[in-house]
Amino acid sequence: MSGTIIRVESPLAEEAVESLRAGDVVRISGVIYTARDAAHKRIVEALDAGQAPPFELAGQIVYYVGPTPARPGEVIGSAGPTTSYRMDSYTPRLLEAGLKGMIGKGNRSPAAVEAMKRFRAVYFAAVGGAGALISKRIKSSEIIAYEDLGAEAVRRLVVEDFPAIVANDILGGDIFEAGRKKYQRL
Amino acid sequence: MRKIEFQTIVDAAKELCARSASDLPADMERALAAARAREISPAGAEILDALLENARVARDEKRPICQDTGVAVFFIEKGAEAVVAGGTLTDAVNEGVRRGYEEAFLRKSIVRGPLDRVNTKDNTPAVIHLEEVPGDRISIRFMAKGGGCENMSRLAMLTPADGREGVIRFVVGAVDAAGANPCPPIVVGVGMGGTFEVAALLAKKSLFREIGSPNPDSALDSLEREILERINDLGIGPQGMGGAATALAVHVLSHPCHIASLPVAVNIECHAHRSAEVVL
Repeated sequence: MSGTIIRVESPLAEEAVESLRAGDVVRISGVIYTARDAAHKRIVEALDAGQAPPFELAGQIVYYVGPTPARPGEVIGSAGPTTSYRMDSYTPRLLEAGLKGMIGKGNRSPAAVEAMKRFRAVYFAAVGGAGALISKRIKSSEIIAYEDLGAEAVRRLVVEDFPAIVANDILGGDIFEAGRKKYQRL
Repeated sequence: MRKIEFQTIVDAAKELCARSASDLPADMERALAAARAREISPAGAEILDALLENARVARDEKRPICQDTGVAVFFIEKGAEAVVAGGTLTDAVNEGVRRGYEEAFLRKSIVRGPLDRVNTKDNTPAVIHLEEVPGDRISIRFMAKGGGCENMSRLAMLTPADGREGVIRFVVGAVDAAGANPCPPIVVGVGMGGTFEVAALLAKKSLFREIGSPNPDSALDSLEREILERINDLGIGPQGMGGAATALAVHVLSHPCHIASLPVAVNIECHAHRSAEVVL
């Protein structure tokens, strides 16, 4: 995994999404949006009601995170990824609406992986439990929707060299499946 | 009777919440470093390096190790000769949690109901397990339990015929099914025996034991070693991306049980182990 590091700009260009492969080590820079369980529920409800989501989904990356409160003078508190499978039931709907990338931790359901192939999107895994370290790559943070949800509000983040690994790609590649197969002793 | 002031308990609970959020216990840090030295997967080794660096940054800069600062779980042993003056122990602990989570800038992760999902905004109520013991001291053990690993808990009511092999299969199966989700490397807490609820409680309680310390019961110690080896043969590895370090330790607590029953509970703790203890 050491060696080549791929720089990725967000929002994601179509060519970037197509060229990324499971196992690629990336550094993401640009604008990303936070959303976890409660925000996903509201975004999907908005889409189903024909209303605009809190941000234009096309090409964007959503980061599954609920940060700790920022101390005075700081941009954000600790901000590592939360477990992604809880968002799986909402994922196909968001990808259909144009979302191109997700950052979280842990594996996805077969239906979510299939939706990534169908709608051409990627899933990046960040290191779970490294929230103090990851927060240093976040340069600005602003709540843009659902403020009443507290830690679960939707935030617009500007990130610089956010470290992640491509976990699922548009061809169905899966780092969890591949990694495990390589190291299991049966 | 020895009197302990309400405020003393409030301050102690507050301090435990605040301190443990950014200060990874030495036993976990040692276990991560040892796992790093043994890790055969290059990606796994890099992840373990990141976790060790994260622990240093968190401690030096007093930042939470993980953004999930958890549900506040307390195991309290209250001496029969100790009395709390000015209120109940439960109220004092909840007040400490309220202040600790606010003043240390920790995340408030508790909703008032599992279905209406309205955040209580102060991380209360805490989960408090109270036991009466001889003496005049109050010992308070605290753990901030993250949702990701807690969600991977499992419980089974096995039969006596399932025996030792049945227990091993169930525990290894629970970790297998959890895969990448509970943030491996993990510590696997196992409660065996008792009743339905006792097994679950013991599984959580076992997570307080020092990582790397042997089980004082030699039969349970050998059971722990066998389960650990079989878990690490799964290849799940750091963050589930493949490797040797899936679990750092297995801790088993056992209890007498009914002639018909063999309850087994698995409670998983992630590497971001936030735990501390105080004796008053």
